[in-house]
Amino acid sequence: MGVKLLLDKANVPGIRTYEVYRREGGYRSVEKALKQMTTDEIVEEVKKSGLRGRGGAGFPTGMKWSFIAKPEGVPRHLVCNADESEPGTFKDRYLMEFLPHLLIEGLIVSSFALGSNDTYIYIRGEYAWITNILEQAIEEAKAAGFLGKNILGTGFDCNIHVQRGGGAYICGEETALIESLEGKRGNPRIKPPFPAIQGLWMRPTVVNNVETLAAVVPIINMGGEEYAKIGVGKSTGTKLISACGNINKPGVYEIDMTITVEEFIYSDEYCGGIKDGKKLKACIPGGSSVPILPANLLLTTAKGEPRYMNYESLSDGGFATGSMLGSGGFIVLDEDQCIVKNTYTLARFYRHESCGQCSPCREGTGWMEKILQKIETGKGEMSDIDLLWDIQRKIEGNTICPLGDAASWPVAAAIRHFRDEFEWHVKNPELSQTSNFGLQHYADPIHVPA
Amino acid sequence: MATTFNDIQMTEFKRLVARYPEGKQKSALLPALHLAQESFGGWLSTEALDYVASLLQIEPIEVYEVATFYSMYNLKPVGKFVFEVCQTGPCMISGSDNIIDYIKKTLDIKPGETTKDGMFTLKLVECLGACGYAPMMQVGKIYKEHLTKEKVDSIIAEYRAQATNN
Repeated sequence: MGVKLLLDKANVPGIRTYEVYRREGGYRSVEKALKQMTTDEIVEEVKKSGLRGRGGAGFPTGMKWSFIAKPEGVPRHLVCNADESEPGTFKDRYLMEFLPHLLIEGLIVSSFALGSNDTYIYIRGEYAWITNILEQAIEEAKAAGFLGKNILGTGFDCNIHVQRGGGAYICGEETALIESLEGKRGNPRIKPPFPAIQGLWMRPTVVNNVETLAAVVPIINMGGEEYAKIGVGKSTGTKLISACGNINKPGVYEIDMTITVEEFIYSDEYCGGIKDGKKLKACIPGGSSVPILPANLLLTTAKGEPRYMNYESLSDGGFATGSMLGSGGFIVLDEDQCIVKNTYTLARFYRHESCGQCSPCREGTGWMEKILQKIETGKGEMSDIDLLWDIQRKIEGNTICPLGDAASWPVAAAIRHFRDEFEWHVKNPELSQTSNFGLQHYADPIHVPA
Repeated sequence: MATTFNDIQMTEFKRLVARYPEGKQKSALLPALHLAQESFGGWLSTEALDYVASLLQIEPIEVYEVATFYSMYNLKPVGKFVFEVCQTGPCMISGSDNIIDYIKKTLDIKPGETTKDGMFTLKLVECLGACGYAPMMQVGKIYKEHLTKEKVDSIIAEYRAQATNN
């Protein structure tokens, strides 16, 4: 049983209410931070913890906080990114739905550290019922004196507001999120200026993911150094993984980043193995935009070493033979899944979600979708595979925001590792409509069920 | 259908606007559009968009460009209940194609269409963050997850009954 810092109380009956959450030791970090620590000391603890942004990019949180500008007389804002929209990712939803007070607690401490008197939670519009849960938690915290004016008699004022988005993946990108929070289309801004200098209403702003802000609670309670002892290397603390696809136990798991991918997939504590006794074909380990890996490269690195569930190990080998931990959206595909079709649905997703500002992304995502659909429906030509490769290369790195990269990587990785499956589709236009390419050489022989 | 807020809706509108600093009332646009859509029959007519613009004291074009950008705002009339079925990767590998086909057949409509009685609209949508509970669809503010054909039947029956009782 691994260490649990975020979800350890998730199963306590009534934990969603302030009363039970408080009785279980909730809001201690607010008392400690506001009464015993300076804002600089809090930032220092977060730096020491080694906490990295849990939304997908993995940027060190303490460093991000230290960039915030503090011009005289200009309000600063903390914004919580609850726009969770990366296919495969549903961990923030779980955390907010079952432990709303953990997020509120982390937000109060973080708002104090950053000097934010009005803090915003930008939540994806579809999570409408969670908006109500969060607003209820905010009211309870306010009634208990942890929000509002002069919190705990320290002179610090803080209000938290929840804003629903309108349905747009791009608003998970922090500058698009800010635009949306200002009541505009979610078009990402050109950086610099970075939000830490000019963000929401051109005021200094920090945007952090839900899980990142929740992790501030154990960091303050146990101290940054103790937190950093959990995990390995630069992958400190715990990480929420949302596992889905063809596994026996889909769900949200908290891991301490020292377990192997093999243990995560096959042990009963986590995914419980592949569904219906089938074989593992491939996996997208960190949300739909990270490279898909065939089973053999997922379980072991190109050097033949076991692969672990952490930032460094999952990216070992670069994009040639590795992937990324990303958002922790862990999508498992069994032997019956078609890589071409899966890639096609993801390409369609990115075409739908492109904001349309940059030509390479606006046009390129549409081309990729059409070509993939052509191959999937048995009308593809061999040259289409090279054309796809060419298009994704021309999108990557040529757009204002990372959506272009996010759209390119899944296509690139699918062709890199499963080119023979694409070719099989082209060569077998009729057969590919009724049957599947299957596993061929991808399965890891040690996991063939008896 | 009226396109002005009643007293209760206006109170909620004022609560939304009060979250933002003086002069930044445009920030309330997305939540205000959600409120308008819920208040005015599940979709936003040009009159409704103009009304929101007038309340927020912004130009109508500022509302149009937002309403057309985000996927949750319906700019055409929809049925009483909208089935928004997820079709992205994780749902697809968990069998969403079969669910979509079954709904099409059962309701005798194509994606984007509404049943003749005005009861149901079918929309195909991209990832809604329920990948571990796939296949799934959203109906109003509720997620319906772990869908099977039997479950779809009971959901349709549930909403038909709800419509009859109201």
